[in-house]
Amino acid sequence: MLKVHRDICGYCGCCVSVCPEGALELIDAYLSVENNCTSCGVCAKVCPLGALEVVDEK
Amino acid sequence: MKSKYDVLVIGGGPAGALAAKTAVEKGLSACIVEKRPAIGAPVRCAEGIGQEALHEFIEPDPRWISAEMTGAGIVAPDGFFMKLESEFAGSKVGYVLDRKFFDRELVWKAAQAGADVAVKSRASAPIMENGVVKGAKIEYCGKVTSVRAEVVIAADGVESKFSKWCGIDTTVPAREIMSSVQYVMADIDIDEHSTVFYLGNDVAPEGYLWIFPKGKRTAGKKSGDGHRAKDYLDKFVKKTFPHGKTIEYIPGGVSVCRPLACTVADGLMITGDAARVVDPLTGGGIYNAMFTGRLAAQVAAECIGKGDVSKKALMKYDKEWRASKMGKAIERNYHIKEYLIKQPDAKLNEIIHSVSKLNLKEFSTLTLIKEIIRVNPKLVLELGALAASLR
Repeated sequence: MLKVHRDICGYCGCCVSVCPEGALELIDAYLSVENNCTSCGVCAKVCPLGALEVVDEK
Repeated sequence: MKSKYDVLVIGGGPAGALAAKTAVEKGLSACIVEKRPAIGAPVRCAEGIGQEALHEFIEPDPRWISAEMTGAGIVAPDGFFMKLESEFAGSKVGYVLDRKFFDRELVWKAAQAGADVAVKSRASAPIMENGVVKGAKIEYCGKVTSVRAEVVIAADGVESKFSKWCGIDTTVPAREIMSSVQYVMADIDIDEHSTVFYLGNDVAPEGYLWIFPKGKRTAGKKSGDGHRAKDYLDKFVKKTFPHGKTIEYIPGGVSVCRPLACTVADGLMITGDAARVVDPLTGGGIYNAMFTGRLAAQVAAECIGKGDVSKKALMKYDKEWRASKMGKAIERNYHIKEYLIKQPDAKLNEIIHSVSKLNLKEFSTLTLIKEIIRVNPKLVLELGALAASLR
């Protein structure tokens, strides 16, 4: 699943623009992740700060 | 906020402000909804704009001009410095804006002209009837209201969602988003009237790093494309300005892809960063946002007047911006960008070394590229068909 490191996130919206599922949304200073996220990790690749990470579901 | 407008504008940046202002000047009712609690903040931009580009829309005001630029420099991967100056020494070629105040001024002007403005108000869904966009659901402090409109203008920036909800694919290919970080720094020694661009795989792979002057003692910097832009910027700052003080931390994404294949739908028009009309070579989008915002509202006014806001009628907007100088520059600069990001450092060194100083008649990326080609005739062959379009 996609983990948002909220202490690192700068809520810039860079990730929202590349999400192929439209699963991310920037609501003011909060990045929301919808249920249709497939954990593809595209967003993590483009984050300028390294705030997104795909982690194993356990 | 009323429950019905002629034009509902999603987003209070430069595109949205110009759209709303133009709409009310054309006699329509209009409202800007901005999801953030303040217009202009947080800043997501390096804030540079060409002199003529700004003058087309608004007269410069010291309240929102951070610095006036008279020149620029490019640093090659090997450290070689190329200086760019206007043919008319000392003349202004551009501005670094203070977007917090600039954006606010633009929205203020729209409001004074008669547009309504609502902040902390987020468009959370479109109102669609038989596939036609008829307005939006607006969330404000946990309350949702329906706002109907003849035309909705999406000006919701790089993180745009509205058009996607209306069924338009706005996804930026991952390799075509410029993932960036910028620090505004104080107490550093820079040329206060020059922007400097650094190229090379060590500083910013497939992108560039820059220093923008923001007044006497501060500067903005930004690292371009590449994994974790922040790491590249931190490395540069540590080496170049070890004692500088960071007073603002700005991450951001800029699309450097081609614009959306179509920027209209039934009852909907898409403008600015949301339409991906950013210059793919420079990442500049303030002028393009204002240009498309204004044009969208002009076409909307015409179409509403005729009682036809179908995709077919609104297409006039799409066709016009594509045929404009701006539209053509985007297409041309897209190809130049695609060429440049594939060049190894050695090639970039070679190109930059060939010109140590350029006095440009007109301060634009096109004149710069033309000059570089003039002294590097070999490039004509490499650029192929693209070179012909630059003449």
